[in-house]
Amino acid sequence: MVQLKMLTAGIAGVVFSVVGAAGAATLDEVKSRGYLQCGVNTGLPGFSAPDDQGNWRGLDVDVCRAVAAAVFGDSEAVRYTPTNAKERFTALQSGAVDVLSRNTTWTLSRDSDLNFEFVGVNYYDGQGFMVPKDLGVSSALELDGAAVCVQSGTTTEKNLGDYFRANGMELRSVVYETSEQAVQAYIEGRCDAFTTDASGLAAERSALAEPDAHIILPEIISKEPLGPLVRQGDNEWADIVRWSLNAMIAAEEYGVSSQNVDEVKAGTDNPEVRRLLGVEDKMGEMLGLSNDWAYNIIKQVGNYGESFERNVGLKTPLALARGLNEQWTKGGILYAPPVR
Amino acid sequence: MAEAMQHYKPGEHPDLPPPRESVGPIAWVRQNLLSSPLNAALTIGSLYLLYLVLPPFLDWAIFSANWQEGTSRADCVKDGACWTMVRARFGQFIYGFYPQDERWRVNVAFLLFFVPVAALLIERVPGKRYFAIFLFAIYPVIAYILFYGGLGLQEVPTARWGGLMLTLILGAVGIVVSLPIGIVLALGRRSALPVISLICTGFIEFVRAVPLITVLFMASVMLPLFLPVGVTFDKLLRAMVGIALFGAAYMAEVVRGGLQAIPRGQYEGAMALGLNYWKMTGLIILPQALRIVIPGIVNTFIGLFKDTTLVLIIGLFELLGIVQAAARDANWIGLSREGFVFAALVFFIFCFGMSRYSQYLERRLHTGHKR
Repeated sequence: MVQLKMLTAGIAGVVFSVVGAAGAATLDEVKSRGYLQCGVNTGLPGFSAPDDQGNWRGLDVDVCRAVAAAVFGDSEAVRYTPTNAKERFTALQSGAVDVLSRNTTWTLSRDSDLNFEFVGVNYYDGQGFMVPKDLGVSSALELDGAAVCVQSGTTTEKNLGDYFRANGMELRSVVYETSEQAVQAYIEGRCDAFTTDASGLAAERSALAEPDAHIILPEIISKEPLGPLVRQGDNEWADIVRWSLNAMIAAEEYGVSSQNVDEVKAGTDNPEVRRLLGVEDKMGEMLGLSNDWAYNIIKQVGNYGESFERNVGLKTPLALARGLNEQWTKGGILYAPPVR
Repeated sequence: MAEAMQHYKPGEHPDLPPPRESVGPIAWVRQNLLSSPLNAALTIGSLYLLYLVLPPFLDWAIFSANWQEGTSRADCVKDGACWTMVRARFGQFIYGFYPQDERWRVNVAFLLFFVPVAALLIERVPGKRYFAIFLFAIYPVIAYILFYGGLGLQEVPTARWGGLMLTLILGAVGIVVSLPIGIVLALGRRSALPVISLICTGFIEFVRAVPLITVLFMASVMLPLFLPVGVTFDKLLRAMVGIALFGAAYMAEVVRGGLQAIPRGQYEGAMALGLNYWKMTGLIILPQALRIVIPGIVNTFIGLFKDTTLVLIIGLFELLGIVQAAARDANWIGLSREGFVFAALVFFIFCFGMSRYSQYLERRLHTGHKR
């Protein structure tokens, strides 16, 4: 009997991977495991996609890397779980991932009903439409009766219905499982228009064979604050993820980058920066981390601006402007609470 | 002249060559392509279609294609296909996210798989029994250690498996597991014991009534919600179980077709010899039944192999998934066509190979009774 139990336990050890239950200390769980489990998109240009060497790269991926840098001092101590729109929440609920950083819109129902905690916003987006120039449409209000390609299981799908209903227009939505399929259908002419978040539209348009034959309509029909989220009930862990993101945003505000972080750390008199980089006070310990947590993030991942320019900025094929995602001091709405 | 003068006894004259109108390329064209006005029209129509499709395709895929090395789409200067992307990502297409330094393990594992398989498939090679024992008893353990890690090898979590490697693993596991389970289910369905028959029939009918994609979704989205909090199955394992059970249900019906084709007299003869159920089944019935259904079995294998691409829906990057992911990288954005052509070529090679082997096997076993 004992042998049988040992055998069962052995098999279970191979087959199951026991992960932190909701409410338990995720930080201890993550630390003893030695790596962070992060849920990302299966492929969204600029936000989450594997590069030629098989490393995940993107704006959302950088949040995972920042958390790993804060916890372990090593931004590579992450295992990525690519998830699609439907299974992303299951993955987080079931404990298969510790953080979900997958261009997920912060909404009331997800925050409350699904028992998640959104910890911030790493990209302010909004939903738009792309149509072929030939269609002769210059405003989304002219899309009455149009067939629109959309990905299922997203806020995009719901916003689409809301917008058409609010404006008394008839909608024929053509729903696809993945974003790739929806775009493919749009290219093949199954739909008159394609809708997704504006950042996605820019990416998809740049990927088309003839980008100039398609236009993005001026209307932005929704607010899509995209950000990382964690399970509700472990506030310490939520704090760590929240402040990992805030550290990146604050670092940009104070002009600390991966290039100059060492000089700044040695020479700055700015008390806010000194607290952020762990020279003064013990901010890291309050979070349950080491005091160089933010230094590690900035050194290894960079500040928010660097991450933005590297992944989606004007020099990348996506060529997204900062827009709303600019610092509050420069006309955007990025605003990190004080590190104090 | 001497030749023409030669006399033969009646019946000994050597065969004359066939008339020139019935052999050679011109005759072949006439007989096969232009034998009637309808056929002639079809031939011309087909040639026209080829003319429309082939030159632009060849131009895109070969003559104006970019073959050089590079790191982004901007390196593809010519109009045609950007094979640069496939070159840059080739390792990833084959091994997925498997760490660069550990890829030899995958190579060794596949070598250890293909050598015994080839030995089993080729008739001349002796010692088949040992190869089979190795393949079914020892190899899975070795493969597990090589792929996953252990015994001093670095652990490579299944999330890093991908590309062709994952496709082959899923396909091979699906094929190897589904055949025996399928046979058991088929025998069970025809069993005289009502409970066994009911369970097997119920399983087969249930699985066949739902699409594979539903099974995979169930395994990846619903199952974790039913499990206690904090317990998760490996995602790949869930997909493997789903695919294998799905394949088994179809396999069972194929095998049942073969079982039903065996005349009643074979059963009665076996029983008259005093064989018990297992000996009768193993020695008399199954060898004949399986031989009959080789085309059906291979059909199911090929279908199963291609169905493995559906796992991309649950976020596993098998060959097709990783090819699509490449086109989501900002550097290669939009180059899905090249990836799809590459994936299609790889799938064609494997499926065509399986199909040809089954034809060879049929010829060898004379299952068609030579028409």
